[in-house]
Amino acid sequence: MRWALRAEWTKLRTTPGPIWLLSAIVVLTVFVGTAAAATLPGSPGEGNVDRVKVSLTGVQLGQAIVAILAVLVIGTEYSTGMIATTLTAVPRRTTVLAAKATVLTGVVTAAATIAVLGSLLAGRLVQPGHGYRPPSLADGPVLRAAVGSVCYLTLIALLGLGVTTAVRDSASAIGIVLGLLYVYPIIIQVVSDPHLQRRLQQIGPMSAGLAVQTTTHLSSLPISPWRGLGVLAAWAATALLTGGVLLQRRDA
Amino acid sequence: MTEFAQLLRAEWTKFRTVRGWVIALLAGAAAIVGLGLLPGLHGSCGVHGPASDCTVPTGPDGQEVTDNFYFVHQSLTGDGSLTVRVTSLTSVRPTPEPGHQAPGTRPALIPWAKAGLIIKAGTDVGSAYAAVMVTPSHGVRMQDNYFHDTAGPAGSVSTASPHWLRLTRAQDTITGAASTDGTHWQTIGTADLTGLPSTVPVGLFVTSPQYGRIAHRGFAVGDETSPSLATAGFDQLTRQGMWPDNRWTGQAIGGTAGAGPLESGYHQDGNGFTVSGSGDIAPAVSGEAGLGTTITQTLVGTFAGLIVMIVLATMFITTEYRRGLIRTTLTASPRRDHVLAAKALVIGAATYVAGLAAAAVVVPLGPRILRGNGVYVHPATSLTELRLVFGTAALLAGAAVLALAIGTLVRRSATAVTAVIVVIVLPYLLAISVLPAGAAQWLLRVTPAAAFAVQQSAVRYPQVDNIYRAADGFFPLAPWTGLAVLGGWAALALGVARYAFRRRDA
Repeated sequence: MRWALRAEWTKLRTTPGPIWLLSAIVVLTVFVGTAAAATLPGSPGEGNVDRVKVSLTGVQLGQAIVAILAVLVIGTEYSTGMIATTLTAVPRRTTVLAAKATVLTGVVTAAATIAVLGSLLAGRLVQPGHGYRPPSLADGPVLRAAVGSVCYLTLIALLGLGVTTAVRDSASAIGIVLGLLYVYPIIIQVVSDPHLQRRLQQIGPMSAGLAVQTTTHLSSLPISPWRGLGVLAAWAATALLTGGVLLQRRDA
Repeated sequence: MTEFAQLLRAEWTKFRTVRGWVIALLAGAAAIVGLGLLPGLHGSCGVHGPASDCTVPTGPDGQEVTDNFYFVHQSLTGDGSLTVRVTSLTSVRPTPEPGHQAPGTRPALIPWAKAGLIIKAGTDVGSAYAAVMVTPSHGVRMQDNYFHDTAGPAGSVSTASPHWLRLTRAQDTITGAASTDGTHWQTIGTADLTGLPSTVPVGLFVTSPQYGRIAHRGFAVGDETSPSLATAGFDQLTRQGMWPDNRWTGQAIGGTAGAGPLESGYHQDGNGFTVSGSGDIAPAVSGEAGLGTTITQTLVGTFAGLIVMIVLATMFITTEYRRGLIRTTLTASPRRDHVLAAKALVIGAATYVAGLAAAAVVVPLGPRILRGNGVYVHPATSLTELRLVFGTAALLAGAAVLALAIGTLVRRSATAVTAVIVVIVLPYLLAISVLPAGAAQWLLRVTPAAAFAVQQSAVRYPQVDNIYRAADGFFPLAPWTGLAVLGGWAALALGVARYAFRRRDA
């Protein structure tokens, strides 16, 4: 396992793509979060806005870059035929997948932490001008939103890795992952039965997972913050398991 | 056969002979149809027998209208005029928790509350009318037959600055005039109400549309809406012409007078009147201030279809790089411009036809299924329906060409697919979920997501208070302008891709 980990880390470290993607995660997340925070209305009477959540809007874009990184970690191996070499070097396929998942978790967690802290800091810098008490990590809900967002991005990476291992094609895999993330919430908008809509929100990877970013009006959430993240974890686990089983059973 | 036609044929053969791609194209179209016909919406119109039918009244031109107001009227026979001074106009809405103690009210600013004079063909809902009125935020207006609106002098009314209004009938022509001193009159406009009976109800009216505000709460952008009631003070009422009954009748048009703190009615004190009313006299709209949904709703599957088309269009070029087929392609036809143009045409046409077929099924059938489920769907003109069908097809084709161009540029499927999805789908998602209204409108103007405007079937009226936002099917750009934004992005990307494609090694 140590050698497999080391091999995966070397592959990630020595190709130029991942560094760019990791930087893009940080830059885009912070940029979008700051831009969204800057557009918040200036009247202090507007007490309904969840300022922390708006500062973390960038996560919704950052997750797409996380998904690319996750898809490429194994997708490129399939497109270049490298997978044959990898599996010759490490014949235990679950070890390969576990090593990829570990390395991916490590780098995404690191990038996500910088991105989330950067977004909150930028939000603080933009918002005092409007005259509010800035969000602080010492507040329980803010800390939960921050830690939860980092976990969210990491779980998205694992979901992407699992899906790509299962479908073995980068384009289809990213289509499936982004469809789940972005199209699912749009489609459930038209379900008018409030009960059914709430149900669908509770099981959607993004609608449930991002509940962890909420710091105000928790009672109106379709699912409680940590349970929502648990739903996303279940999606990621299912994808990884499916990918792992298929990797084990199929020819590479 | 010319060289380019051969190239087109080659590209078409490449597309058509990959079984997975043809299946994906059909699956994309099927997703649009499936989600469009899926009975996801349920309503209560007509499901409990004919009495529960949702009917929206229609105006003199047959278009759907809202016609709710409080009317204090008497009959005028032949020509004549009515003049009045409006001294106040204020609105209230219920306090948040009704039912606990005595439900109360709080003041509300309703920009399009209306108080003034109206002449109406009859007291039945949807009949022809002409009215001159004061409003809290839009000055004095002359309106007729629900769709026509003419601005008069600006300014709101108060005891310190009252407004005089006059409505004059001469045959079928109604003239509205306003004055700030009762002596100097300014004509605002005239309305031609052909076929107006000789004896018609004329009098004072007050109405107040629903209060609505967008509120950010929890995960989604919510909204806060409530009915409202306007109360206006009138005095110095003078009549000219033949008024046979000589007494005033109060009547809530288009519904009941309401109850509790929002009860409409009137009180007469000599020549002075206090009138309270609720509702609107305006075109019927969908969204928060209205009822039901629009055809746009049935095209939600476009988002799923879009993802499939984007993946397909990206793979159309990136697989060539992946398999090294690009070298064969470029050996066979060394003119790289033509290769790119042929690819764009083939993938554009394929996705266009698939989108056209899917939308042509959904647009006529989707609303029928919704209506069967008891959902009120606003009717759209055939021209709008055609725009929705062809617009959806063009939207998919535009996105496919954009994906092809970006795929040519970055040569990596995952990056290209993500880039296109992020610029088309994500702005829409952010606009309908977390973003404040200003940022949402901006995104839907400049990003390729502006193209979803081509699917708008709801009509926006400047004289109707409503929450006009993307989630309810109102887009900031005009339909074809929005599509042109996507077209512009696709053309730009194709231009850059062409440059890179010519310069780079394959």
